[in-house]
Amino acid sequence: MRLNIALFGVAREIVGQSSLEIETAAGQSAQGLLAELHARYPALANLSSLAVAVNNEYAADDTPLHERDEIALIPPVSGG
Amino acid sequence: MIHIDLTDQPIAIAVALRSVEADGAGAINTFIGTVRNQSTGRAVIRLEYEAYDSMALHQLRKVAEQAVEKWPMLQKVTVVHRKGTLYIGDVAVVVAVSTPHRAESFAACQYIIDTLKQVVTIWKKEFYQDGDVWVAAHP
Repeated sequence: MRLNIALFGVAREIVGQSSLEIETAAGQSAQGLLAELHARYPALANLSSLAVAVNNEYAADDTPLHERDEIALIPPVSGG
Repeated sequence: MIHIDLTDQPIAIAVALRSVEADGAGAINTFIGTVRNQSTGRAVIRLEYEAYDSMALHQLRKVAEQAVEKWPMLQKVTVVHRKGTLYIGDVAVVVAVSTPHRAESFAACQYIIDTLKQVVTIWKKEFYQDGDVWVAAHP
């Protein structure tokens, strides 16, 4: 399946673009997606944290992803 | 009773305060976050705030709803966060709450700003004379 991933802040700068299309196995989990992205962009591993959001909610490691989901990478937030 | 906003325009503090006025409230408590002129000893020139808008709005509302669950006497809650380029002294965030008595107004206001900083998808980049840093990005 093909996922479209929105990127923000330092994650956007590491990848060098504001969104990313990635071809991955059907039923891929949030944790599995992070592992694939770490392999492609090793600098992501230097971040204090990196979460996956699915449809505006933080995803658990085992949350399955779907093509229709709105997926985003969430580096450490720093609002306020 | 919950008002949430994310804006690239200067935050109108008086409007935010008026929005939590309630006849049943004996207390209005406000937190105003402003841009400081230094960070860990480095002079800050400006900040740039970036947001994942849809998730930030959703998470801000959840934080406000959690506050109402914890303090059911909350009358009104307003949270307004700025995005874009901000300079020293600019207002980055306003949290305003109203409650019947003051103790809960302090507690709820602090809970909202503390939780906002942990979960809401907004990112701040600090710009100095000699570089820039995404705040909290690296250990």
